[in-house]
Amino acid sequence: MSMNPFCEIALEEALKIKESGLAKEVVAVTMGPSNCVDTLRTGLAMGADRGIHVEAARDLVPLSVAKVLKKLVEVENPGLLILGKQAIDDDCNQTGQMIAALLGWPQGTFASKVVLDKEKQVATVDREVDGGLETLCLDLPAVITTDLRLNQPRYATLPNIMKAKSKPIKRYTPEELNVEIKSDLEVVQVTEPPKRKAGVILSSVDELIDKLKNEAHVI
Amino acid sequence: MEKWRATSNLRRSLKSILNRQLSSVSEFRYLNEKRSCQSSFNLIRDCKSLGQVNAIQHRCFSSASTLVQRNPSFSTLNSDDISYFKGLLGEKSVIQDEDRLETVNTDWMHKYKGSSKLLLLPRSTEEVAQILRYCNSRCLAVVPQGGNTGLVGGSVPVFDEVIVNISSMNNIISFDKVSGILVCEAGCILENLISFLDNQGFIMPLDLGAKGSCQIGGNVSTNAGGLRLVRYGSLHGNVLGLEAVLANGDVLDMLGTLRKDNTGYDLKHLFIGSEGSLGIVTKVSILTPPKLSSVNIAFLACNDYSSCQKLLMEAKRKLGEILSAFEFLDTEAMNLVLHQLDGVRNPLPASMHNFYILIETTGSDESYNREKLEAFLLSSMEGGLISDGVLAQDINQASSFWRIREGVPEALMKAGAVYKYDLSLPVEKMYDLVDDMRIRLGDLAKVVGYGHLGDGNLHLNVSAPEYDDKILEQIEPYVYEWTSKHRGSISAEHGLGLMKANKIYYSKSAETVSFPLNKKMQRISLFAGCVSPSHGCTSCLN
Repeated sequence: MSMNPFCEIALEEALKIKESGLAKEVVAVTMGPSNCVDTLRTGLAMGADRGIHVEAARDLVPLSVAKVLKKLVEVENPGLLILGKQAIDDDCNQTGQMIAALLGWPQGTFASKVVLDKEKQVATVDREVDGGLETLCLDLPAVITTDLRLNQPRYATLPNIMKAKSKPIKRYTPEELNVEIKSDLEVVQVTEPPKRKAGVILSSVDELIDKLKNEAHVI
Repeated sequence: MEKWRATSNLRRSLKSILNRQLSSVSEFRYLNEKRSCQSSFNLIRDCKSLGQVNAIQHRCFSSASTLVQRNPSFSTLNSDDISYFKGLLGEKSVIQDEDRLETVNTDWMHKYKGSSKLLLLPRSTEEVAQILRYCNSRCLAVVPQGGNTGLVGGSVPVFDEVIVNISSMNNIISFDKVSGILVCEAGCILENLISFLDNQGFIMPLDLGAKGSCQIGGNVSTNAGGLRLVRYGSLHGNVLGLEAVLANGDVLDMLGTLRKDNTGYDLKHLFIGSEGSLGIVTKVSILTPPKLSSVNIAFLACNDYSSCQKLLMEAKRKLGEILSAFEFLDTEAMNLVLHQLDGVRNPLPASMHNFYILIETTGSDESYNREKLEAFLLSSMEGGLISDGVLAQDINQASSFWRIREGVPEALMKAGAVYKYDLSLPVEKMYDLVDDMRIRLGDLAKVVGYGHLGDGNLHLNVSAPEYDDKILEQIEPYVYEWTSKHRGSISAEHGLGLMKANKIYYSKSAETVSFPLNKKMQRISLFAGCVSPSHGCTSCLN
């Protein structure tokens, strides 16, 4: 079990924010079966202060995750919610956006740079979009989802791994949070993309023209 | 003990005679002054009873004591030979193109360059046999070549030997899933074999930085060690059989796939590590260990060398059966890698430490092994053996740790000139040599030490912006003498090749080298001189 790479980047950003004095505490949250706690321990070893584990069966859909997170936000009252832009098992890229909508909070997704201003209570986020970079200014509290180029996550050093063993992890179940885990989606079919066909080595330009005309029909 | 002292006395006196003679010869780079050469030749002929080198050569970055000359009894290529080979192998497998020859004539370190005019690419054992039979009859010298990743100039021609490159023989012949026995041709690239086995749930018992290019035939012929020797042992234990073609074209089929076979002398062991001097390996049968699911890797920092040694002892005891690699780098090596390679970062950026250790464990139970490793690391930390460390959390972090260790040779190449030494020494003495060399060289060059601490193998490298004889003088023969004094090996895993062709006496007594078995091997291999005639191993066969 290992941490979703984008979430690792999110955690690293949170730790950086805390180290620069702009935050008091970093809380790491995970949802899933009992062996997810290992991932949480890694997060604590990287430097998070507390962990929260919401015990649920596998196959959580983004909407369920967003609903659980909303309840946790109501309990914890964080000033900032940072997530990875997508999970590498389903590649949905939905959770961050959904929770922002549920909470009514501003969102800065695909962040490649985050600058917090504590006094004005705003976050300036550079987003990686198709056309280039977009800079947004968000009022806090806000939701930020992280992209690859934001930072390089630190390694969990041994002294920190040892310290992590004594950091608290709180367990919840979805029932305790009054959230019903159900999926409105059904996976109908999964197919591999077609295998790439081998190239053909041609021996003359005439042959090339012939193939382009008669087989590929591009000229 | 007495015997050793006696032979070392003999060796020392012989060496001093040779050095005096040869230092005068080195002035005459192009060997024009036949008379002075003649006298040294006579001296050498007289030393034949001790199995001495029979030829002298000059190369670009040589030391005064290694000069090899092309043996005039070997013929030169003519057009009939080319036509024969073309008829035998087809046009595509006979290469005379200058660009391609340039690549195959030069070794990986760009230190040794031959002048071969012909590259042959046989596709089967039969073709190899016919090539060798023909070359034997024509008295054409031959050099076997695989991935050309060797570090002692043993994979490239010294003069104009015909290069027989096995790269086209890259088929996997069979794999037995129950026993894990893999049979493949000698030209299979190690990384391809690793990927193939990965799909089957097995791994190769050896792993080295050169795996993307090196071939299994070459690995076997040089008895390659690598990163996992501490766990899986050497190729002598893992190779179950091989097929080789002798210099006269005879095919020796020792391709057994049996774990145990005590019927007579086990000839394959002579081929393993013989660097191609007894014949060309064409097929290999190797025992592969199953792939275990839990691999963990830790990158640790130690303050001094004695902590590294104690850590090794503790690791062998506390990690026991799951320990699969134990490597070390000193701070110079780390700096070099961070400086020269892209995309590499220091896992322990807090401060620069004196020594870095990489420990890998491989086992079948993830949580149990991780607990074991964490407990070991915790107790080592509390005991003051390690000052800091990182445990890889996922496969990306694990490969980045390996990148650091495996990237040292590459970083050394990029930094300019490098004098490379691969020594086996008693573990407690190993780093003393590095310290000594630092004092000796002072500002002339940077001394870098790293290697397989788990096997007692130091890779001592001296890095300088350019090659300079002044630097070489300070290194050789001091390094060899130092190693010899501690009964170490002057070539732990790299082999003799050309670089250490006549250095064998630093690690083997004269009697071992001239043991009558060597003469028997010569008879078995017949005109053994035709294969790699100027390289180290052959020169021991008179």
